[in-house]
Amino acid sequence: MHIPDGFLDPKTLVAASALSVAGLGRALWVLRTRMSSRKVPLMGLAAAFLFVAQMINFPVVGGTSGHLLGAVLVSVLLGPSEAILVMSVVLIAQAFLFADGGVLALGANVFNMGIAAVLGGYFFYRLVAAVVRTEYGKLVGAAFGAWASTVLASICCTGELAWSGTVAWSVGFPAMTGIHMLIGIGEALITALVLTAVYRARPSLMSAKDGGTAEPSAKPFAGLLIYGGLITLGLVLFVLPFASKWPDGLEKIAAVVGFDAKAVSPPFVSSPLADYRVPGVGSLSAATALAGIIGAVLVFTVSFILARALHRKSSEDGAGRRRRPGSRI
Amino acid sequence: MRHDYWDRYSRIDSPVHRQPAAIKAAFALVMILITVIPPHPPIFIFAGVAALLLALIAASRIPVLFFLKRLLFFEPFILTVAALALFQPGGFPKFLTLVVKSTLSLVTVILLSNTTPFHELLRVLRRVHVPSVFVTMMALMYRYIFVLADETQRMRRARQSRTFGKRREGTWVFLSRIVGQLFLRSTERAERIYAAMSARGWK
Repeated sequence: MHIPDGFLDPKTLVAASALSVAGLGRALWVLRTRMSSRKVPLMGLAAAFLFVAQMINFPVVGGTSGHLLGAVLVSVLLGPSEAILVMSVVLIAQAFLFADGGVLALGANVFNMGIAAVLGGYFFYRLVAAVVRTEYGKLVGAAFGAWASTVLASICCTGELAWSGTVAWSVGFPAMTGIHMLIGIGEALITALVLTAVYRARPSLMSAKDGGTAEPSAKPFAGLLIYGGLITLGLVLFVLPFASKWPDGLEKIAAVVGFDAKAVSPPFVSSPLADYRVPGVGSLSAATALAGIIGAVLVFTVSFILARALHRKSSEDGAGRRRRPGSRI
Repeated sequence: MRHDYWDRYSRIDSPVHRQPAAIKAAFALVMILITVIPPHPPIFIFAGVAALLLALIAASRIPVLFFLKRLLFFEPFILTVAALALFQPGGFPKFLTLVVKSTLSLVTVILLSNTTPFHELLRVLRRVHVPSVFVTMMALMYRYIFVLADETQRMRRARQSRTFGKRREGTWVFLSRIVGQLFLRSTERAERIYAAMSARGWK
């Protein structure tokens, strides 16, 4: 999902960079004013950890492999503002050291994966954890949040490519977002498994309110306002102009069913597909959006079952380990 | 184990390596701007940038094979995204422009990262007033990537030397436990580093 240089036009680059700088500025301000200097080495090390963790390949079928993105993992363990900084530092280093993702496109990449993914994923994590008030509610929320963060980042990425006129939305949205709805399942699974491993080794982190290391923010409302505003602005700029074309599919169905019989030209004279440049592609976007909604419900259900199984398994394992300490990795 | 694969040649000596980091960074930025910003650039701009970069690669004494390997590693990503541009009117010229633009930018960045040590780039960032907390984080990250990569390798080896066989279904759980352990060890190490930094007067 790292956008290389050359794929975005100047207006998109400037808009995305402005949003990223605003988000980073807020996160840095939170770090400077509200947290002890103890946090600086912790976040440097967390960035190194994420860098290394992203290089570990998880095998998927047929010789392919995927890796962690980690936006929700870090925001659950350290807090959202910290996660924005950690993700951004990792992305900047990847751009300069690995040449992974462009230098000019850094603003867009930081917005997609460092800000939208972190804040979107963290929002869903807190939402689910607030609704599912059991001990494993955090795992359910983190798994679902991880999936949502991957999908959200890919939607922003598609919007930026479409706004630049590089890849048409009707092609990019089904291709990019469709694939990332599958990749997100892997992200959800890895996030839940890693969190289980962390909580098993440090049970105190599970009961802590905000992952244990995050400090309570004095004005949560101001943070919500600023971060929420940034995400909304990003979505309005990059996604809304294209998303508003979704009902095309519905219009088509209406035309076929005869809903618009009162239209000036009867359907059998002018084809209902006439205003599509590529026939059928418009409805593909609508299908992807629909699949996304169904997918979200499905992933939530699966996260719930998974979290329950992991939670039960880890408490059983914990009992077993006390008997055989040698079995520890 | 060697982890410096990505910027292995940043510490060798050549006329290009001896230039100040600020000049190299500014030059790279200008090259990328010239390549990326014009929407329909005439072909001679691309040719000029390519010729300049090739001359610099030759002067920098970076092995050509290494350079090609690094380039080929990322080219598939570029081609995949660019291929999506084919599905629209006037797709093929757009596809070509995208591939040329991003390949030239990629060559520029690989050249920069292999002729300039990372800590010198950080010094440039500090000089252009990037917040110092941010630069400190980046410096710490770069310092400990290699330590943590080694630690991961050790955990993997320890596990492999104790278990037989290759159970596919266990791989994800096993790898996740390594990631979880790695996180805990990083936070513990951060505490020790903070203590060491404070002892030396950092605040």
